[in-house]
Amino acid sequence: MEVTFKIRRFDPDSDNPDPYFQDYNINLDEGSVVLDGLIKIREQIDGTLALRCSCRSAICGSCAMRINGQAMLACNTKISDISSNGDPVVVEPPGNMQVIKDLVVDFQPFWEKIREIEPWLQPAGPEPGPDNEYVAQNKDMLHLSGVMACVMCGACVSDCTVLEIDENFLGPAALAKAYRFIGDPRDESDESRLNKLVDEGGVWDCTRCMQCVEVCPKEVDPMSRIMAIRDRAMEAGHTDSYGARHAEIFADMVEHSGRVDELRLPLKTKGIFNVPEMLKLLPIGLRAQLNGKRPPIFHKKNPDQENVRRIFERVEKDR
Amino acid sequence: MKYAFYPGCVSRGAAPELFAATISVCAKLGIELEFDPMRSASCTGSGILQEKNLRLGDTLNARTFALAEKTGLPLLNICSTCQGVMSQANQRLTSDPDYLASINEDLAEEGLEYKGTVEPRHLMWIIVEDVGLDKLRSQVTLPLKGFKVAPFYGCYIVRPTSALGFDRHPERKDALERVIEAVGAEVVDFPGKTLCCGFPILTINETNSVKMVANHTLDAKQSGAQAMVTPCPLCHLNLDGYQPKASEVAKESIDLPIIHLPQLLGLALGIDPKAMRMNKHIISTNKMLSEIAIAP
Repeated sequence: MEVTFKIRRFDPDSDNPDPYFQDYNINLDEGSVVLDGLIKIREQIDGTLALRCSCRSAICGSCAMRINGQAMLACNTKISDISSNGDPVVVEPPGNMQVIKDLVVDFQPFWEKIREIEPWLQPAGPEPGPDNEYVAQNKDMLHLSGVMACVMCGACVSDCTVLEIDENFLGPAALAKAYRFIGDPRDESDESRLNKLVDEGGVWDCTRCMQCVEVCPKEVDPMSRIMAIRDRAMEAGHTDSYGARHAEIFADMVEHSGRVDELRLPLKTKGIFNVPEMLKLLPIGLRAQLNGKRPPIFHKKNPDQENVRRIFERVEKDR
Repeated sequence: MKYAFYPGCVSRGAAPELFAATISVCAKLGIELEFDPMRSASCTGSGILQEKNLRLGDTLNARTFALAEKTGLPLLNICSTCQGVMSQANQRLTSDPDYLASINEDLAEEGLEYKGTVEPRHLMWIIVEDVGLDKLRSQVTLPLKGFKVAPFYGCYIVRPTSALGFDRHPERKDALERVIEAVGAEVVDFPGKTLCCGFPILTINETNSVKMVANHTLDAKQSGAQAMVTPCPLCHLNLDGYQPKASEVAKESIDLPIIHLPQLLGLALGIDPKAMRMNKHIISTNKMLSEIAIAP
């Protein structure tokens, strides 16, 4: 089949240091993946094309890049699945990372964030001795098998909507990795891990936009891991942050009125005696008032609230 | 065409204009809305309740689906976030009979049971799938010719695709663009249309949230948009309500009206903008409305 690749090129050391798109037309076997095309281009047409790849089996995690605007592994993306009617295959480097050349980006900040969450098991108590191991029950580890499938390809980091505007965010890959240890029954450092993760740049900065869930080639589901860390942090008593308060107050409102009270949710989350924050909300509130957009002062209850509240009681009790 | 109507919290709270526009537009398009017993349905949990207790969220949504099932009508909602949260809950409930049975135990006391037959759908999908774009086109009395509109989906109606039925309904992927074109307006494409508006972190990290508003509205504006249209009232709240602050941060005036999808439809169907409370936005729609009126 004839395929057109539209590849974003960039070489800071060349005469043309601005990024540009270059088209390549090549013939490939039916069933080829994007990486087949890129390797063919590099080997037969243009040896200057820079890209990272290794295993060609979606195990090494080297070839994550943006294909038709979305991060994926070039080695397990079939061209026939993403391009029809001869539409070009648009290939760009992964996002949210500095481009070194063409499709190769600087992974240094990625690894620094992984290191920051201390990605090793930290058990407590006496060492089990040279002939023994720290043992975990099979059933206690099952929920971690998904997160352990991560190949550190950076697809989630590439398309994370928070990293796009805030490079201090730890990001989905590092936070999912943090959950891998927090969720491990042998790890005894939950307290210090959670202390760091509820800080700025940690779990509460995730927008829950699900980009990481959508682009992850290994179904790691980083966002759910971030939500699980939030839950554990609240259980462990980290209920002081705006994020935790927002979640608690939101749940409380649904439990007692069936609906969200949009007027009181931000006020209660920030705390009505929190003068600086209240002053910050003032212009927003005034503008809403003037434009007839203030949520009702008298929040209406769900007419059948008793049944909603009973569900809360039943399900929360069984927890 | 009759539907069990799930209005969600926001259309009855901070975005009453969405409710007003929905009612008028549905009447024009022959979409009948049944309010009972859906008015006793609760909030979907918005993804926030789910992070505290997933089962609790699923039970509340199963209750809503059971109420809809009682009407025998398909469920219609008007919020991208409600849509996504409901779709995800429904996927868990209908793919695991044991789970559904255990959830139903918690509904039994109220005499409810969810049989798993509901497919929650947003008005945007219903326009494309049930009303049909040809019928919509034929009803247009004021084609919005030359009106340049940037689509803004809201995360939950585009991701995760596995829960949203995109495999069975590939047209859902660009439903918003299709509707914009059907009313005669022009789609202004920009990279942020399926990204996050920042609303979920507004009370947690306002700096980041406002940056997102600034980026998306400026991108759309610089691409030539006269307005942005969204099927998500939460996106509307942030993109409209925090746009003045985003302008301060960006150090330039943005002034891009953020309109709800039913308001766009209503304009083309000849509904009075005031009846759709278009005078009740933070970012004024006046200039935009006069531009449409003089469009050839």
